[in-house]
Amino acid sequence: MVEVVITSVGQEMSEYSRRNGGLYQRRTPIFWWTKKWSNVKFITRELTSVFVAGYALVLLFQIRALFQGPETYANFLEWLKTPISITLHAVGFLFVLFHSITWFNLAPKAMVIRLGKKTVPGSLIAASNYAAWLVVSGLITWILAFS
Amino acid sequence: MAESITLEIFRYLSESETKPAFQTYEVPFRRDWVILDALNYIKDNLDGTLSFRWSCRMGVCGSCGMMVDGTPVLTCATFMEKFLPGPIRVEPLVNFPAVRDLVIEMDDFMGKLSRVKPWIIRDEEKPLSQGEYIQTPAQLHDYKQYSMCINCMLCYAACPIVGLEPGFVGPAAIALAQRYNLDNRDQGKKERMEVLSQDDGIYECTLVGECSVVCPKSVDPAGAIQRYKATTAMEWWKSLLLPWGKK
Repeated sequence: MVEVVITSVGQEMSEYSRRNGGLYQRRTPIFWWTKKWSNVKFITRELTSVFVAGYALVLLFQIRALFQGPETYANFLEWLKTPISITLHAVGFLFVLFHSITWFNLAPKAMVIRLGKKTVPGSLIAASNYAAWLVVSGLITWILAFS
Repeated sequence: MAESITLEIFRYLSESETKPAFQTYEVPFRRDWVILDALNYIKDNLDGTLSFRWSCRMGVCGSCGMMVDGTPVLTCATFMEKFLPGPIRVEPLVNFPAVRDLVIEMDDFMGKLSRVKPWIIRDEEKPLSQGEYIQTPAQLHDYKQYSMCINCMLCYAACPIVGLEPGFVGPAAIALAQRYNLDNRDQGKKERMEVLSQDDGIYECTLVGECSVVCPKSVDPAGAIQRYKATTAMEWWKSLLLPWGKK
């Protein structure tokens, strides 16, 4: 019943606007996201993808340097030690951390897991993501420390 | 306790003006009044030319959605007390063209809604003699949340993507598509996927999440869209790794 009412009203209104003047269309301003804190957080989360891509690029350049021989690779490692590289990495790390945390917190939105008759609570899904993150980070630290 | 409160109302007199303006009204403040009560007070006592939609006054019909101080709400379910000492700014839902005052044009939304085929699709209807389609409480639970949508369009007003990319199918329509996709009686997943995997479908969504924040029925359209994305990604991997598998 509700849908029928809405449809008839909608049609009546377009007939109305055809006869009685134009519609007034508002545009979304380019800085729409500055008006609300949750939207600022959203835009920040989206922008952090640039830093994730930055890390991927550094890794690709590192692999390229590795293929180009020991000398190029040593130069690359020297560049990594420069203050500008360390600063970039430190800033990038903060943004990537923000990226990871916000995405892990959103994971329950996309993953709805049913176990028998019960739905796994969202907090548990987010927690399992964090646990996997810790395990992988621990594994990498162990490899770096003992290799 | 305040005796009166000011409302700044978006007026667009489409029959005589080309631009809208805000008009101020002073209404009595009562603790048990919602914004819609104040609008009806204005219409009945102060200015009969004010146009707005409403019907049920109990958060079921979805007609009275408006922007109140910049947030899309059902005006029948939003108390004035929350906005003391005022003034309270009331505007038509954004991301929709205004027809007159607080009334919006919703044809575009109705078109998007019907595109996702929000009804049960069967390959072949079984004859009546075979009885009804059986559904267990657990199967009902799978989609019930998404079936609570009342088409109030608050999620469209909250979604910046709808504002920036007017073609985007939008939160409510996708949540309703999921409502039928997750219904065990339905066989129309593939047809809906063809619509929703287009450029203006689920992948327009960047998960701002505001649609779920404003939803008065806790439908969680943002969740519905992300679940749909996860399902389509799984289907894609399946078709890549198991091309001989069942489509």
